[in-house]
Amino acid sequence: MKELICIVCPKGCHLKVDEENGYAVTGNTCPRGADYGRTELQNPTRVLTSTVCIQGGLYPRLPVKTSKAIPKGLLFAAMEEIARVRLTAPVTCGQVLIPDLLGTGADLVASRDMAAL
Amino acid sequence: MYDLIVVGGGPAGLAAACKAWDEGVKRVLVLERDKELGGILNQCIHNGFGLHRFKEELTGPEYARRFIRMLADTGVETKLDTMVLRIVPGENDAPHQVHAINGADGYMVLETRAIVLAMGCRERTRGAISIPGERCAGIFTAGAAQRYLNMEGYMVGRRVVILGSGDIGLIMARRMTLEGARVLACVELMPYSGGLTRNIVQCLQDYDIPLYLSHTITDIKGHDRVEQVTVSEVGPDRRPIPGTEMVFDCDTVLLSVGLIPENELTRQAAIPMDGRTSGAVVYENMETGVPGVFACGNVVHVHDLVDYVSDESERAGAAAAAYVKGTRATGAALELVNGDGVSYTVPQHLRLEALEKPAQVFFRVNRVTDAAEVLATDAAGRTIARFKREHLAPGEMERVALPPQLLKTAQGPLTLSIREV
Repeated sequence: MKELICIVCPKGCHLKVDEENGYAVTGNTCPRGADYGRTELQNPTRVLTSTVCIQGGLYPRLPVKTSKAIPKGLLFAAMEEIARVRLTAPVTCGQVLIPDLLGTGADLVASRDMAAL
Repeated sequence: MYDLIVVGGGPAGLAAACKAWDEGVKRVLVLERDKELGGILNQCIHNGFGLHRFKEELTGPEYARRFIRMLADTGVETKLDTMVLRIVPGENDAPHQVHAINGADGYMVLETRAIVLAMGCRERTRGAISIPGERCAGIFTAGAAQRYLNMEGYMVGRRVVILGSGDIGLIMARRMTLEGARVLACVELMPYSGGLTRNIVQCLQDYDIPLYLSHTITDIKGHDRVEQVTVSEVGPDRRPIPGTEMVFDCDTVLLSVGLIPENELTRQAAIPMDGRTSGAVVYENMETGVPGVFACGNVVHVHDLVDYVSDESERAGAAAAAYVKGTRATGAALELVNGDGVSYTVPQHLRLEALEKPAQVFFRVNRVTDAAEVLATDAAGRTIARFKREHLAPGEMERVALPPQLLKTAQGPLTLSIREV
């Protein structure tokens, strides 16, 4: 039995996950908590947010995120990929910047609009 | 002459302006001092916003964008790069004045029927908490570092100690780590964290960053730039215990030691303030002590979740719209008093005549509990409402809804308190 705190929402439910019993989750108050408990012990994942270089916009950095959670072990490798991106404004929120980041099935997407100045 | 001027174009101001427009008020102006709308959300590039409101996990800029687009679909006017210098409340239903300045219009004196104050808050600085040590470079508030890193494109340091465990500090611990910095410690004076539990897990534990509770920084050394920080344990009296010193070699100190509502305009306009929240005293509809002047968001009290800021600000926007259309909230007010374990409530007063829906009351507790009850007790000692909670902590804002039919049976001031069960 493993105890962990759910990070899906700010409520922070105290979960208990039974590894010997098909990763059964108790202590969750929503189905997303049960999902979190199961994946966290088997293959923990996180949505990665960061920024990339952009020219010709209001700011020199553009915020980005992965379109879905990626394995926790790949976060630093993903940061290296993200550091290579060079963009020129305009960019639209949701625009794909790196498709299938590191083979995770998640895309790196822009998380704001940046108009060309 | 405007119907409504909203001071501040962050999440609070945007939600209030959109709501007032939807309620039929057409001459609305938003004044924003930055060069774009969205406020502090624009630098909060992490995700976790909007779970309540949109049932999805958005980043700060994405959350802001939803409201900015909503506003763009209205006829609400906005002025960016504009600083409001003074507001002068009008007496006896006379219009209020807003004094503001910008490069294009110069000095403006704008008249308006109603005002929504949505200036947000700012960070407590080193000076405000008097950390001893040398006056070297490399000491930033966490939010300033966040803006440098996420918007302006500057890496603020390589070896970092964070003082305070507020959410921005925790978020920056993860952010700096991902960008290649080494975060050596997060140091918190209190015996519990000031931030959300989920941020302790996903920002510190995920990256093996130690959290030292009941500790503080007792010395900062460095000639030009920070070179060394001394951290000491504190006793129950919050004073450092000699002999417990730990030394960290670092080049950067980030401060996440609290936020202060930015109320210079409010104070100058002689709007009654609450010393516990450092914000204006407000009624159930977010009206301040000055009729026609409303306040919402972090300028009233510091929130954990922007979702709640949006809700509260829509109430303020709707109330401002009603005011413009001639509705005056009147009648006796029921005072809300802090009982055991409660450090403040917002609103502080409820006008029952004006109350149609349950009154949304936000509050913070001053101790950590397991299972507990939140009690609303009237002056006759009768408990008119009770709410169960699994867990309470000062770092997590609480909310209860008090139904009007119950409130109308209350005699005298209503005390909100908590009790462990």
